[in-house]
Amino acid sequence: MGRIVLDKLGKRFGVVEALRDLNLEIADAELIALLGPSGCGKTTTLLMLAGIYKPTSGQILFDGVAVNDLPPQDRHIGMVFQSYALYPHMTVFDNIAFPLRLLRRPVDEIQRRVLEAAALVQIEALMDRRPSQLSGGQQQRTALARALVKQPTLLLLDEPLSNLDAKLRVLMRAEIKHLQRRLGITTILVTHDQVEAMTMADRIAVLRDGLLQQVGTPDDLYYRPANTFVAGFIGSPPMNFIPAQVETTDGQVAFAAEGMRLPAAEWTAPHLARRRGGPVLVGVRPEDIRLSLVPGESAVQGRILDVEPLGRELVVAVTVGRQVVVAIAEHGFAGKPDQPVGMFVPPERIYVFDPTTESAIV
Amino acid sequence: MEQVTIPAGQLRRWRTPQEVAALAQRARRREVLTQTMIYVLLTLISLPIVVPYLWLVAAAFSERVSYGIIPSGFTLNNWRFLWVANLGFVSGTAGRLPNIWQVVANSLVLAVGTAAIVVVVSTLAGYFISRHGFSRRAGFLKGALALQAFPGITLLVALFILLRSLNLLNSMLGVILVIAALHLPFALFVMKGFFDGIPWDIEMSALIDGASRLRAWYTVLLPQARNGIAAVAMFSFLWGWTDYIYVLTFVLRRSSWTMALYLNSVIGEYRFADYGLMAAVGVFYMIPSLLFFLFTQRQLLQITLGGTKA
Ligand SMILES: Nc1ncnc2c1ncn2[C@@H]1O[C@H](COP(=O)(O)OP(=O)(O)O)[C@@H](O)[C@H]1O
Ligand SMILES: [Mg+2]
Repeated sequence: MGRIVLDKLGKRFGVVEALRDLNLEIADAELIALLGPSGCGKTTTLLMLAGIYKPTSGQILFDGVAVNDLPPQDRHIGMVFQSYALYPHMTVFDNIAFPLRLLRRPVDEIQRRVLEAAALVQIEALMDRRPSQLSGGQQQRTALARALVKQPTLLLLDEPLSNLDAKLRVLMRAEIKHLQRRLGITTILVTHDQVEAMTMADRIAVLRDGLLQQVGTPDDLYYRPANTFVAGFIGSPPMNFIPAQVETTDGQVAFAAEGMRLPAAEWTAPHLARRRGGPVLVGVRPEDIRLSLVPGESAVQGRILDVEPLGRELVVAVTVGRQVVVAIAEHGFAGKPDQPVGMFVPPERIYVFDPTTESAIV
Repeated sequence: MEQVTIPAGQLRRWRTPQEVAALAQRARRREVLTQTMIYVLLTLISLPIVVPYLWLVAAAFSERVSYGIIPSGFTLNNWRFLWVANLGFVSGTAGRLPNIWQVVANSLVLAVGTAAIVVVVSTLAGYFISRHGFSRRAGFLKGALALQAFPGITLLVALFILLRSLNLLNSMLGVILVIAALHLPFALFVMKGFFDGIPWDIEMSALIDGASRLRAWYTVLLPQARNGIAAVAMFSFLWGWTDYIYVLTFVLRRSSWTMALYLNSVIGEYRFADYGLMAAVGVFYMIPSLLFFLFTQRQLLQITLGGTKA
């Protein structure tokens, strides 16, 4: 079916190493996201899977068979490009029919399958238009229909939603996800938007500078980030990182930083024992911080720097010593800039990282 | 906070409706004036170019040219070269002017042949240069541009010897090859510019959709470069059609004459200067140019020599 293994896959462009030693297994019918900032090697990986680029090291296996030397036209892949790459001189119908015509299918079969694919993405009414006469969303649907029409074993989506406006993006997110589940096509979604990856994918592979950082379910990445890069990339606003020291008093482990002392969860004590007195990087997600305007109630005292209302919630920036910590407060929070504020962080919601290796400690 | 006070007399206020109407009218009048001036200027600039052509057309249909310059009286007699087989003797060489339709056929062979070679070579090479980085590509492009900058006439003797050794003297094929070769750099740049403008994504997409490289090239890329091909075809056709010097130098037989040579002999060697005949042959000679420019203005405007990728 559509099981894919990437084995120590690497790609160099002259001196630029776009991808290094990528090991990844993708199950049949799975939707996996390749997530990372621009330039981290996502498109390069897709184009290697599609057969456009040849890997400079490692192997790509489709159902256990190495396909490194298989030309693109024999790979049975559908791809939606970031630019959609529609053929400007062809109508929507001809664009979608193109892959089938190349397969020399009979005319009536082409007619039927093109209309089916168009119906899947609801563009039946646009068949005679040229791409230039379509809106961004309609172009995207056309590109999707063209990728799906030959019933590919593998579907590649390169930033499929990045050219759509915010509202349409949310709609298409749900539609693509639904379509993928329904058709059961193994799908690789490339995106730099963590929300897109979190909401759509079964599993996410996070890339940085051509290196795989972590693979896991959205929950894995959110609750058990492997390092500060993943921790900072997943979640919005991003996690706060606070340099601190590990302190032990009366068998109680705590993190001490300028102007704050955060008690560690009990179960973490054994992991932290050998770091006593040493530096760590404490990670706290804004949504895990509770703010209080009642003086003296909380362990950490700070001052409000700025309040950004977002409707349902507010993003509050708080200065503690020289550190700025971002927190999320619920609708109705009455704090104003320059006002003193107390912060509380549940010990079990604290992440700890090694400041030199940036890897998670507990 | 520092307090800023504005003196009472300088307080800004919005304009009154009357003032707004007056200002708007003034802006409109200025716009009309500017437009008019632009048209007058453009007309003045193009007069010296347009007037001779108008004179040529008028003279071609006139009985005589009074005072050596003013055409008068309508006639089609000047066009008799189209239907009178033996127009007359050409002085000096004691030969007759060749049949015009023979000459037209020769010119068409030359023009179409040149266009065919230039289009095929520049399309293939332009694509390759646009898409494939090869070592010394920049050097190759500079070299091609430099070639275009030299006047081809300096090569006449060398080309003559070359053609003679290839046994291509006195043949239309030789002239076609020379004209095509000399103009290829320009055509190459035009086609490279067009291919540079076509995103790689479209090509990749065609391959993933199941096309072979060749198939992707002619079903997806070539249609995008259509306007470039049309422009190059048009230019190279006209290079062939209007050529004078290479046919004159490399083709010695009267039966291989082209339009430019025919016109030249009507102008220079005809026993008595016949302005009407000259004008009519001139207009006839210009017809392809006029047709092409009338029908392909849109494509012409798209030509770029975009060489930034080099
Ligand atoms: N065809 C190419 N030639 C040279 N370098 C390339 C090419 N394609 C990509 N790169 C380089 O490889 C790196 C990864 O690029 P890409 O895969 O496009 O990143 P992403 O899609 O994650 O934004 C970048 O540094 C980019 O400059
Ligand atoms: Mg990309």
